Amino acid sequence: MKNYASLLQGNEAMAQGALYAGARFYAGYPITPSSEIAQECSKVMPKLGGVYMQMEDEIASMAAIIGASLAGVKSFTATSGPGFSLMQENLGLAIMGEVPCVVIDVQRSGPSTGLATKPAQSDIMQIRWGRHGDQELIALSPSSVGECFSLTVEAFNLAEKLRTPVVVAADEIVAHMRENILIPEPGEVEVFDRRKPTGDPAAYLPFGPAPDGVPPISSYGSDYIMHVSSSMHGPDGYSNNGPDNAARQIARKNSKFEHHRAEIVKTRTYEADDADVLFVTFGTVTRAARAAARTLRESGVRAGVLQLITVWPFAEEAVAEFGGRAKTVVVPEMNYHGQLAGEVKKVLGAGADVRRVNSWNGQIITPRDILRAI
Amino acid sequence: MTKRSEIVLAGSGGQGVLLSGTLLAEAAIQEGSNVVQTVSYGIATRGGTSMTEVIIDDDEIVFQQVEKPDVVLAMSPEAMTKYEGRAAEGALVLYDTTLVAERQGENLRGFPFTDTAVKLGNVGLANIVALGFLCGASGILSRERLEAVISERFSEPRRTANLTALRSGADAAAEALARV
Amino acid sequence: MTYATGQQYLKDGVLPHMWCPGCGIGVMLRACLRSFEELGYRNEDTVVVTGIGCTGKLDDYVVTHALHTTHGRALACATGIKAAKDDLHVVVFMGDGDSVTIGGNHFLHAARRNIDLTAIVINNFNFGMTGGQFSGTTFNGAITQTSAYGNPERQLDICALAEVAGANFVARSTPWHVDDLSALITEALSRKGFSLVEVLSPCPTHFGSNNKMKKGTDMLGWLKERTMPVDLYRSKSPAERAGIFPIGKLVDRCEPDFAARYAEVGAKATGN
Repeated sequence: MKNYASLLQGNEAMAQGALYAGARFYAGYPITPSSEIAQECSKVMPKLGGVYMQMEDEIASMAAIIGASLAGVKSFTATSGPGFSLMQENLGLAIMGEVPCVVIDVQRSGPSTGLATKPAQSDIMQIRWGRHGDQELIALSPSSVGECFSLTVEAFNLAEKLRTPVVVAADEIVAHMRENILIPEPGEVEVFDRRKPTGDPAAYLPFGPAPDGVPPISSYGSDYIMHVSSSMHGPDGYSNNGPDNAARQIARKNSKFEHHRAEIVKTRTYEADDADVLFVTFGTVTRAARAAARTLRESGVRAGVLQLITVWPFAEEAVAEFGGRAKTVVVPEMNYHGQLAGEVKKVLGAGADVRRVNSWNGQIITPRDILRAI
Repeated sequence: MTKRSEIVLAGSGGQGVLLSGTLLAEAAIQEGSNVVQTVSYGIATRGGTSMTEVIIDDDEIVFQQVEKPDVVLAMSPEAMTKYEGRAAEGALVLYDTTLVAERQGENLRGFPFTDTAVKLGNVGLANIVALGFLCGASGILSRERLEAVISERFSEPRRTANLTALRSGADAAAEALARV
Repeated sequence: MTYATGQQYLKDGVLPHMWCPGCGIGVMLRACLRSFEELGYRNEDTVVVTGIGCTGKLDDYVVTHALHTTHGRALACATGIKAAKDDLHVVVFMGDGDSVTIGGNHFLHAARRNIDLTAIVINNFNFGMTGGQFSGTTFNGAITQTSAYGNPERQLDICALAEVAGANFVARSTPWHVDDLSALITEALSRKGFSLVEVLSPCPTHFGSNNKMKKGTDMLGWLKERTMPVDLYRSKSPAERAGIFPIGKLVDRCEPDFAARYAEVGAKATGN
């Protein structure tokens, strides 16, 4: 390894993060602006004894990573908004079957083909609510190439810890941006592996109760035979349509996220403690907000930034704490409807001064754009 | 006092301005700086406009986009139209006189990057000639550092071809500066 | 030789099964589990993958590893399992909806990749689970719950599709020809690459009752009349072939499977 940092693109850093976390299976369908992740995996996976599969569509890509993960291999895919829409049904399967895996969504300007090479942050609601049924999904959003790497490792760790799919909600800017980054040595960053069953294989319950709501997961080929089903199932994985069973299973599958909330929900603040003006941000726009806050501080306005590293589950506590203290809360985001601003308003209430700064034409939000809102 | 440079490289798709930006950024990393390179491109791999920004800073780079460029490289008439005005704001605007009509003005400096590359036997080296010129004219990075980065990235015979292109651009910049 | 029953793969206490009297799924499942035993499959090394529909309920009857997927995506999930862990026996059970209607694209590409899966398709010419609507294999003119005046569309030939897409092994049979069916399933399971067995199956409850074949035996008789051993079929004129399904082994090739080709990629990547 070189003794100085390397210049890495966000997409490459996400691929490297996945490999660092132990991913050895990638299935995907190329789509701008995520394709470099597929390209990187197609080069590296065969060298590491891993698998790169180019599937026939994003439906199949999501299906294949579910299959591979159940065969015991850490798996992931990458796409953009239109492909993510196609993955939604099988994301439901991954949630129901409690299959650890990672989906990278490099958001671009839409709807449909839209401005395919331009950035957006307009998939946040489809990431959270785009599926059918009662379910929870973790989404992490990087604002730098360094975070592209570290949050992808974290996404795998959370996926493995909670037996659940995790989304990395990147955007075209950070995905195509290059920055200097020092890739950590193996062992330097914690890598978590799924908890496997122990004891009598005949007594193994892949969907049984567990103290933290996360039962151990076997793998195909293991002596611990595992029945995984999209249909409502009992603790043994076999169909069970009883209402009491359904209530227990859905409650347990959602309770995992409450048990592990402190590990999941991460935020970072920049001079937010005394901020009268608070910017609540996620992803690349965080950087413009930080620059705007710095300009305001220079002119005597106490401004700060609350970056939601974890977009979902929503960081209600942090938004309430820092947003409650501020006189004005500003939510800059690259979408039309103010998807994040709506959540912030929900937490702070109708009386709060929550302002939106939106861009939906594929253009980056600048510090100047944000300052204009003050 | 921190050292910070904001550079814009713009041209047509296929001219290789993105690669020039990457080489610039890699050289800056070797000097111990932080860098951010962002790109903006259309849907066509060839043609259309292609633009990359590089920020080099000893401190953390907060906002990732160029707000006030120190140097602009314009490799096409469209790029020149878009960025010419930056010269008046103090940016050094370098442009390819093979493709862009020559003009006079403070902070404007033209050189036939494409013609030079053709004379070297490969029109595809215009971006590297320009990179050499940029580093010579702006003093942002040393020629030796860029040579090291090129040597690392390319194997022969491309290494020699790229190094020759870089040197011809850098020499031309040195001559131009001597004339001034 | 002792008689293979396939009992060790069958879940205790699940019989009688849920499928309608006269349905072909039970016959096919029994044939398949017996083939598992004949081939010495261990439950621990076997993964049964199902889609959605009547055939999709099959995983609830087995005690091997299993994945019950979303509608049409069984092959795509199975592709991930097999590509990640090549030493597993991965057997995919689908209906005509899963395989070539909603899941047609995955079917084409699984065959094209020649991935080492065995796909067993129960084709009962309609969507049974949802109440008997027409599918991609329903005949032109057939009456179903969504084609009261006759199906305006034409049926897809599942075996022909697998053949042109590149499957190594393609066979067709029916529950009437149960011994042939068993032998073909055993052969399909033991072959490398993508193997398909299409099982033409009675659906007396829906397709049959809508098309003047209310009893299971009516439909079995109909299947007997509408099928012909492939060698005989090939000797017939196009006019004589009309409306007839050739049965038996239709395609038998030894092209390298996905794993073999991916191993070549791995060797190139690592310089070995």
